[in-house]
Amino acid sequence: MSQLALDKLKAKFGAAVVETHSQFGDDTAVVEPGVWRAAAEFLRDDPALDFNLFVDLCAVDFPKRVPRFEVVLHVYSFARRQRVRLKTRVGDEEGEGCEVDSLVPVWTGANWFERETFDMMGIVFQGHPDLRRILLYPEFVGHPLRKDYPAQKTQPLVAYRTEEEAGTILDKLAPFGGDEGMAFGRKFYLPKDGN
Amino acid sequence: MGELNRSVTLEGSESGFATTKLDALLNWSRKYSLFNYPFVTACCGMEFMAVSSPRYDFARFGAEAPRFSPRQSDLLWVVGTISQRQAPVLRRIYEQMMAPRWVMAFGTCASCGGFYDNYTTVPGIDKIIPTDVYVPGCPPRPEAVFDGLLLIQDKIASGVREPSVVKPRADPVAGLVQIRDTKVKAKEKTK
Repeated sequence: MSQLALDKLKAKFGAAVVETHSQFGDDTAVVEPGVWRAAAEFLRDDPALDFNLFVDLCAVDFPKRVPRFEVVLHVYSFARRQRVRLKTRVGDEEGEGCEVDSLVPVWTGANWFERETFDMMGIVFQGHPDLRRILLYPEFVGHPLRKDYPAQKTQPLVAYRTEEEAGTILDKLAPFGGDEGMAFGRKFYLPKDGN
Repeated sequence: MGELNRSVTLEGSESGFATTKLDALLNWSRKYSLFNYPFVTACCGMEFMAVSSPRYDFARFGAEAPRFSPRQSDLLWVVGTISQRQAPVLRRIYEQMMAPRWVMAFGTCASCGGFYDNYTTVPGIDKIIPTDVYVPGCPPRPEAVFDGLLLIQDKIASGVREPSVVKPRADPVAGLVQIRDTKVKAKEKTK
């Protein structure tokens, strides 16, 4: 029963289904980006599958792999109480060429998820009606959840005050020090000599 | 409410006069009639609600009235994480306040960004606006907030504008808690 979606996908798309696996009752199919939207439409429209609920869409960055990004789609069928995960792989080592078809024409709910994935990972969804940043501001450069984005790099919208202006040190350590009885305090910023 | 400063002297107890300096009198009245602007963005807001509601009740310290227009308020409570996207809003709110104005960084996130050490968050509101009092805690207990409020009142009475800090509780394990003397270090740095 749980293999049904994978079997039908394989029968329909043949070699465009790169790999499949099932674990704990959940099925995953990896398809070529070229059949991304066709496979999604098939999952929705085939009467034996009937995946009518869009659940989630996101992307994963594997910096050493080519293609580098995995776009992951979760859908659910109310009628059959089955869920399936559809993946595709895009992008080269530099993070260019991350284009994949938008699924908004298939499930309207994909709209904001694709915007978020574009915002955080830089996946370009072709055919999306309004592909803008959704969480970050338009001035932001780059895509922060890519593994090559520096973890502590900020892009302030308001220019920070200078230390001359403030008359005090302005760094990431609060004046009450790096430890206030919390395990996640910024202890490593404390100078070693205890000053 | 409260007691007059020492600079106020009562003369001729039967005549009913009191003499003081105008500044001292003004500051005394300011410190007990703070109009608050709560800029509440995150979970610290729950503690702010505790502080403002009857169980802890900051009305006891003359800081009762919330004003939801920055133009009418004296004390800006920055309660919670300030994201980079919110920074222009906070900056504008601060600029709209009338002088004299005071700012309290409520909790670790407002003071230094907390554990959000990444692209999302302003690492402390002192990077964008002058800050008078830092209250540590994640979130701070209402007692710590009252310490901060009393510090603000001391600063209003004395006219000192250097940042001050509510002491965190002692670390029971390592005793690591230490207040940084950022002022002195800044001077050393400029030499």
